[in-house]
Amino acid sequence: MSAPLITEGGSLISSLLAALALGVGFGFALERGGLGNARKLIGQFYGRDLSVLKVMFSALLVAMLGVFWLGRFGLLEVSALYVPHTYLWPQLVGGGLFGAGLILAGLCPGTACVAAASGRIDGLFVLLGILIGMLGVGLLLRRFVAFFESSAHGAWTLPELLGLPYGVVVAGVVVMALAAFAGAEWVERRAR
Amino acid sequence: MSAQRTPAAYADPYLAGAGLGLVLLASFVLVGRGLGASGAFASTAAGAVAAVAPGSAADSPLFSHYLSDPGPWLEWLSFELIGVLIGGFLSAGLAGRLRIGIERPRQLAPSSRLAFAFGGGVLMAAGAVLARGCTSGQALTGGALLSVGGWLFLAVAFAAAYALAPLARRLWA
Repeated sequence: MSAPLITEGGSLISSLLAALALGVGFGFALERGGLGNARKLIGQFYGRDLSVLKVMFSALLVAMLGVFWLGRFGLLEVSALYVPHTYLWPQLVGGGLFGAGLILAGLCPGTACVAAASGRIDGLFVLLGILIGMLGVGLLLRRFVAFFESSAHGAWTLPELLGLPYGVVVAGVVVMALAAFAGAEWVERRAR
Repeated sequence: MSAQRTPAAYADPYLAGAGLGLVLLASFVLVGRGLGASGAFASTAAGAVAAVAPGSAADSPLFSHYLSDPGPWLEWLSFELIGVLIGGFLSAGLAGRLRIGIERPRQLAPSSRLAFAFGGGVLMAAGAVLARGCTSGQALTGGALLSVGGWLFLAVAFAAAYALAPLARRLWA
């Protein structure tokens, strides 16, 4: 049997139950790492506490290596995974807006849920802002549809962009992440 | 009383990250897709607008996406995000970290902190709509799948936050 186990045609209920269970794990891990705390999270950008980088890149490494090796051993059909689509210009501008929002809010959408669930009112206000923002942007977006749909590249991956084998890019990301971890430890030691 | 308990120290970030990575990997293996967050807000907004003004919802390039089968109230990411709330609550409860309060530096008024939290949320929503995802759906999930857009979003969002950090110092000092 090859994964993914619950396919598009599978039952909606089993897919939504999986979503709920995976979400519990997601929220639990974020809270354990302290990312439901805005002041701890934002320490990333002032060189005080680089937990965001460490949590994020270790999660990315584990999932990336897991997908790669499960695929290699024929246990996971990597081509069946949904790769978020690339829209270069919208993602460039969107990333800028998102980063600006992040430094004001101190929490991102996922971590704001964890903050709110652990009783933090600031987390709740971030969630309200996101919901109101979605309502407003959704209603205004028709005017910007040309930009919204521009520079679409579909499911586009780094191995395709760089013309390198999958395994080489995976190894490159591992090396880069390990260097980032070493850098993060050095920055934190200096701040103390 | 448990609320008076001294909060436990946070877990080692590498360990918490590895746990998060296993959850993300389980998501790929179980359902063939990764984790996300902002999409749950988009689908909820789509459902609300569709209930009040179905025409406006169908006209919106954002909302129309969520109106197809099984509909905005059965969006996968919304169920995942309910799970996130439960998981965050359980973890904080077990560690004695459940506390009603506002996370802010002492010199920043609570009302200011809440206003910036709300405004930051609005900006992140706009950014996530354009980017087709946020830190979870693009940076983490897209990053692990080596998506070009995921890595672009990760790099630009971090760069923007770092670039604006000196201006926002008063909020976090």
